[in-house]
Amino acid sequence: MTPVTSPPRGRAAGADGPPDGSGPGLEAEDVQAAFDAAVAADERIEPRDWMPDTYRSTLVRQIAQHAHSEIIGMQPEANWITRAPSLRRKAILMAKVQDEAGHGLYLYGAAETLGTSRDELLDKLHAGRQKYSSIFNYPTLTWADVGAIGWLVDGAAITNQVPLCRCSYGPYARAMVRICKEESFHQRQGYELLLALTRGTEAQRAMAQDAVDRWWWPSLMMFGPPDDESSHSAQSMAWKIKRHSNDELRQRFVDICVPQAEALGVTLPDPELRWNEERGHWDFGAIDWQEFREVLKGNGPCNEQRLHRRRTAHENGAWVREAAAAHAAKHTATHATGHTADHAADRTAADRDDRVEPAAAGPAQPNTAPDTAPDTAPDGAGAPSASRSTRSRA
Amino acid sequence: MSAEWPLWEVFVRSRRGLSHTHAGSLHAPDAQMALRNARDLFTRRSEGVSLWVVPSDEITASSPDEKDPFFAPAADKPYRHPTFYEVPEGVRNL
Ligand SMILES: [Fe+2]
Ligand SMILES: [Fe+2]
Repeated sequence: MTPVTSPPRGRAAGADGPPDGSGPGLEAEDVQAAFDAAVAADERIEPRDWMPDTYRSTLVRQIAQHAHSEIIGMQPEANWITRAPSLRRKAILMAKVQDEAGHGLYLYGAAETLGTSRDELLDKLHAGRQKYSSIFNYPTLTWADVGAIGWLVDGAAITNQVPLCRCSYGPYARAMVRICKEESFHQRQGYELLLALTRGTEAQRAMAQDAVDRWWWPSLMMFGPPDDESSHSAQSMAWKIKRHSNDELRQRFVDICVPQAEALGVTLPDPELRWNEERGHWDFGAIDWQEFREVLKGNGPCNEQRLHRRRTAHENGAWVREAAAAHAAKHTATHATGHTADHAADRTAADRDDRVEPAAAGPAQPNTAPDTAPDTAPDGAGAPSASRSTRSRA
Repeated sequence: MSAEWPLWEVFVRSRRGLSHTHAGSLHAPDAQMALRNARDLFTRRSEGVSLWVVPSDEITASSPDEKDPFFAPAADKPYRHPTFYEVPEGVRNL
């Protein structure tokens, strides 16, 4: 093989196009062996590497579901923003809900590196063809629910997500690192909110307990079906997408929560909860998997409302997306027909500064950023930038 | 109109004295909006003092298929590293 200095461009990196690794001279067994070896050595798989089709589709399904959960998850909490009891709580809640939007965007970005488009993912969510976490189909009835969500729902999410920071697929793992950094504030603000209530009046204490009673069991369901019924688990563990089984993570979460509940002064609604000396873990009662399946199927208290709201928000935003695209197209067209003095004057000082900067690292020409930026991109986590270039554009 | 906004790669300089580092990607209709979206998406907690946004299409990448031959010329030149050389015992500042 001869070194390629100008790789093919505009080719899909994903399921929409031929996998890149099956290039000239590489046999199917070779690329499979290279993939297996990378996974075995705990190396990361990057977007343009060859990967089994099922690895790709499993990741798309999981990352999409994860992304959808982040943005649908904004709804139950946003429900209380206008009624937050103080400016402090309101600012915190807005920051948290904004973070969840950001998490969704990091994850959609990671899913796109696998060759699906953003529009396609949103279409599937809106059509009910891709799922989101069943937890967000429960209503937020009182202000204490905001606290219970932060403590239990974000807490369960953290337990699930920390091991995903070491997932074998690079872009997913990197997105999870960012997300996990932000999640701990979510959990703490929820815990603090509940603490304020349990230290308050009798009515406030009762409100906190009621919220915990309603969110505890659905939070345990967030870890997914028990190991012996979990259809995708074994393969995902073999691929190092998952690092721990559903039941293992669920147990870890219960063990973490019991002392936290005690410090909070609430009880967890499970009469069978007791310390098992032999196992060194807390035993807990049976989960109502029938309820889980019903909610997943679409029969939870808020499934319809959540999807309807999401679709409406998307439709109502259409004119903004179109206007921004039209503005950009018009601007580009004017630029193409020649720079005018007006346009040069349009540019802000910050704009000029940014153009000057890359020149310091390379030849002193305008617009050198695209050439120098990829060289500066690699960090400890790798250089995902370069791998994106071959994605197809809609 | 259903065409997606183009994709941009975002690079963040976390503080003065450091290079810009790839942070992720986002969709935006033009460069100005890409910068604004990048600020909201990647620097909500003062993670940056400067941002670059680059159209993803404008990045030319080396091909992973060709990884070995492409980078092979560096593999057999250990003399490019200081550890290749023998330094007599007791010689300092070399
Ligand atoms: Fe999140
Ligand atoms: Fe969160």
